[in-house]
Amino acid sequence: MTELAVQVMALRKAYGKQVVLDGIELAVPAGSIFALLGPNGAGKTTLIHILTTLVAADEGVARVFGCDVASEKNAVKSAISLTGQFAAVDEMLTGEENLRMIGRLSGLSPSQSRARAAELLTGFDLTAAAGKRVKTYSGGMRRRLDLAISLVVDRPILFLDEPTTGLDTASRRALWDIILSLKQRGVTIFLTTQYLEEADQLADTAAVISGGRIVATGTPGELKSRIGTEVLELRDENDGLIRLIATDGTLQDLRQIMNDLSLSFPGNTKLSLRKPSMDDVFLALTAPELEVAAP
Amino acid sequence: MTTPYKAVQSVSFLTTNAVFIGRSIRLSLRNVEALLMAVILPVMLMLLFTYVFGGAIDTTGNYVNYVVPGIILLCAGFGSSSTAVNVAEDMTNGIIDRFRTMPITSISVITGHVVASVARNLLATGIVIGVAYLVGFRPTGSVMDWLGALGVITLFILAFTWLFAAIGLASGNPSAASGYGFALLFLPYISSAFVPTDTMPTWLRGVADNQPITPVIETIRGLLTGTPIDNSAWLAAGWCVLLLLIAIGWSIWTFRRKAARR
Repeated sequence: MTELAVQVMALRKAYGKQVVLDGIELAVPAGSIFALLGPNGAGKTTLIHILTTLVAADEGVARVFGCDVASEKNAVKSAISLTGQFAAVDEMLTGEENLRMIGRLSGLSPSQSRARAAELLTGFDLTAAAGKRVKTYSGGMRRRLDLAISLVVDRPILFLDEPTTGLDTASRRALWDIILSLKQRGVTIFLTTQYLEEADQLADTAAVISGGRIVATGTPGELKSRIGTEVLELRDENDGLIRLIATDGTLQDLRQIMNDLSLSFPGNTKLSLRKPSMDDVFLALTAPELEVAAP
Repeated sequence: MTTPYKAVQSVSFLTTNAVFIGRSIRLSLRNVEALLMAVILPVMLMLLFTYVFGGAIDTTGNYVNYVVPGIILLCAGFGSSSTAVNVAEDMTNGIIDRFRTMPITSISVITGHVVASVARNLLATGIVIGVAYLVGFRPTGSVMDWLGALGVITLFILAFTWLFAAIGLASGNPSAASGYGFALLFLPYISSAFVPTDTMPTWLRGVADNQPITPVIETIRGLLTGTPIDNSAWLAAGWCVLLLLIAIGWSIWTFRRKAARR
């Protein structure tokens, strides 16, 4: 049996009456890239906070490499590295000082910390800014430094909370390359994202979270196949999406759909037929008002 | 890498604290404005009380010897108060999450601030005493008296720094921390720092005589200038230790509570 990097069972968390996680079940095999997909407020960050020992769950079990996040905190902390949604960097220190500080706190000697900091500054294209205080860094530089800090020592699992939010396309690609190279080295990656393309590009397995529940799991391919082989997209005159309809793409099926549609939509409704994307999966699973008819 | 990773690789408590103390001292040195204010404000107050109010308060011209212990405490209180802001800034910054997800005693980040604050304030106290000499402060204490006074001042700074650290932890953001901290800074004015408490209205005198600042000031004043100490030394030590314990307990409790709900 494959070893599990993350195992979550019947996990619940509420803030007052606001239920954030409502019985989460997950299993992430070691050495894989796992993507947790969901819109804002779905509970992604709360789940990451529980798995990284920052927040205590109300009920249920969460284990990281077999260690319980509530009762074996230190063992879990030894196995994880977290790059949160907001850069966890020290503003008043320079980039290099940040890296060296984390090196020392991770058990490296002063000289090892210095050497590792130099390596990472080069690797993340931050050498020029190494001696500048982080508060002068741009958003992209902060993100890069943040990720570099997470990699000062090799931990078996890296949590990335919306790592590419706010990054330009080039930086996003660069980050994807880093993530894939970490997987090559055997690091398990647990990332959250709103970008469905990201899960499609990176993840071995993905889960869709909505309203505090996992509404679908599988490989990105499996998730896509749940929606059919083709998607018919309906847009109004202002190009607003009205409806997605799954179809097998045959004339017979399309004719049937057309017959149904002509009764309920105006004549200027625009149609297009395409392959389903992760976005379709996402919409279909998380936004019931854009309901997708079964093929 | 894919084998189970269960080893607890904790960094030693000593290293952790050394790193955080180094960090806080570095932050203090970089915050030049705060450092200057911590020295300049008490010096200004000393000059103000010596040359402007002093003559009216005590016409014998000996007021400087009376007021310096009060100014030292005012300086210590003011200097410690920046701990509240530093701690609140750390708690609202992302870096605290980094520390909390590492296998270290993350509350050491607070200890770092406290140690840096004590170092900073002792330095400022030294400068204040130096300036006091220049404006005519003539203490009579022996070396042992000075060591005793230094001990009381250090204990006071430690207690108030922890208190401000707790305030920084409890308040939601740096400006709130600064506001709450400001309230504490009024304590020296309602004490024997600037005028003997028997010149105050009876009700106020009750407050002034029974708050922690008065015995601390009376002890320092007694040690440095030979005024009677009586039981002030015990009261001062008792107050400081009590405040210290409360503040440390409050800090740890708040730190943990904030970790659990966010």
